[in-house]
Amino acid sequence: MSALQGVLATAVADHLAARARWRAAELVFWGAALASVFLLPGKHLILAEIAILALFALSLDLILGYAGIVSLGHAAFFGFGAYAAGLLAKHALITEPVLGLLAAGLLAALLGFACAFLVLRGSDLTRLMVTLGVAMMLRELANRLDKLTGGADGLQGITMAPVLGRFSFDITGHTAYVYALAVLFVLFVVARRIVHSPFGLSLMSIRGNPLRAGALGVPVNARLVAIYTVAAGYAGVAGALLTQTTAFCSLDVLSFDRSADLLLVLIIGGTGYLYGGLIGAVVFKLLQDALATLTPQYWQFWIGLILVIIVLVGRERMSGWWHAAVAQGARRLGLRERP
Amino acid sequence: MLTILFDGIAYGMLLFVLASGLAVTMGLMNLINLAHGAFAMAGGYVAVALVNKAGWPFAAGLLAAFVVPALLGALMERTLYRHVYAKPHLDQVLFTIGLAFMAVAAVDFAMGTQQVFVQLPRALEGQIDLGGVGIGRYRLLIIILCGLITVALQYALARTLFGARLRAAVDDARTARGLGINVSAVFALTFAVGSGLAGLGGALGAEILGLDPHFPLKFMIYFLIVVAVGGTSSITGPFIAALLLGIGDVAGKYYAPQFGAFAIYTIMIVVLIVRPQGLFTRVAGK
Repeated sequence: MSALQGVLATAVADHLAARARWRAAELVFWGAALASVFLLPGKHLILAEIAILALFALSLDLILGYAGIVSLGHAAFFGFGAYAAGLLAKHALITEPVLGLLAAGLLAALLGFACAFLVLRGSDLTRLMVTLGVAMMLRELANRLDKLTGGADGLQGITMAPVLGRFSFDITGHTAYVYALAVLFVLFVVARRIVHSPFGLSLMSIRGNPLRAGALGVPVNARLVAIYTVAAGYAGVAGALLTQTTAFCSLDVLSFDRSADLLLVLIIGGTGYLYGGLIGAVVFKLLQDALATLTPQYWQFWIGLILVIIVLVGRERMSGWWHAAVAQGARRLGLRERP
Repeated sequence: MLTILFDGIAYGMLLFVLASGLAVTMGLMNLINLAHGAFAMAGGYVAVALVNKAGWPFAAGLLAAFVVPALLGALMERTLYRHVYAKPHLDQVLFTIGLAFMAVAAVDFAMGTQQVFVQLPRALEGQIDLGGVGIGRYRLLIIILCGLITVALQYALARTLFGARLRAAVDDARTARGLGINVSAVFALTFAVGSGLAGLGGALGAEILGLDPHFPLKFMIYFLIVVAVGGTSSITGPFIAALLLGIGDVAGKYYAPQFGAFAIYTIMIVVLIVRPQGLFTRVAGK
């Protein structure tokens, strides 16, 4: 009996290890990201934005792609982190960016932990309402507490110390991009570790069928609370990065549009394999940039049109075309494990 | 004090008419439609265009504000929405947010970003004095109109053959089809009426809520609150929720303006925690 268990345990461990192995295409992806630091010095401002959006999308992927929680208010944690980092820096409590990032992430995670219990209850509709409501509430709060947050004018007068005491932020966005990319990479590796762990597997079983997962002995609620907390922390770090790299923070970080755009980012890249948010962020920002130069005021129209088309064509069928190109290729190269 | 109550009731009734279409599509047809406010906005702008620019009488403008969004709703239902009924909620959310974004940008393009108002006839301006309570004539009109609509809706859903067909189609579409009910026509008509009511509400409410291209997103949360807090199993639940929301919002803005809409969101979240299926649901929903 115990021998059998031993064999089983080794087999499971081997399987998990095989799933978690770094694949060639992943190295290519990160290699390209690293190369962009040196090859595209003129594009660092937008690249920094992409890295931040990618981290934010990665955070949503953790709860939507892996745990199946639909959220319309993920900007709540992004904005909370953004304001936390901004306020800490403005009042000279923590001016060192990395420490500020940690603090903002922790605070956002605490908020996420508290909100997780609300999100556990009810159907998709209730979840949508609660996530949306929390984000709107925070936005209203930030708007009303204008003595603290600057209200509609935004939080001004943030001065960040150099990163790690050595690299100060510059106008070309060079430090900002390297900093954001480094944070994205570290947190990505952590997320990768999380989803490939038995914990991550249990999340996917919950997404597949919560009742059955519960019957198999998975503590469904505890797992959901845990991943929601982690994702909130990630979103908080992303928000803090935005504040730190732009030295500014406005009500916009908590807006509904930000949550909605984020869904689009993740849907473009595909959910449930971590790279979706990253690829989606690149595509979305380039798209936004192109559309904004084309029709500065009305690019939202095209974003809406893309959403409608994606749904009408069918995300499933899209994976027949777009993912056939991306994921199939990625699968062949080993970026994404075979189903 | 009574004036605030009165204003709150008018506001709440307005919210109910605006959201009633959503209550039906979301509650009965199980479709999360975040673009509902776009139909309300369409109605508002139709009224603005006809009354202010073309010089139509106010009542005719209101009628057009019902008819045009209803036709638009029917068209959209037949061509677009019917494809997403069976899709997961995430797809419905993405799809309807997309529609809302498109509507916002399109109206922005066509009508400009500034806030617009519908010109009221002289007879509806000002207040009348009822036993020391100042009552806005226009708000009185809103209460009467919306009250009539509510009664008509309740009657249509509970007492008419169409209402019975709709409820049957919702309970079990396949069996209803087997009984010879044209389910997709019933859904299309329901959707159209809901959109038309939203349009009417948008036109009526332009004076009170304000009308600009961001209307669908700005008031989306209010519509959702009405439906989610009221529960989606009946029409009376959303009605009571809309009244409470209206009175609470007006009173909150008057007595504690520094909190603004904050109290509303808090109450909604608390209600949803305590009663995830809504306040006025008798049995747990499907």
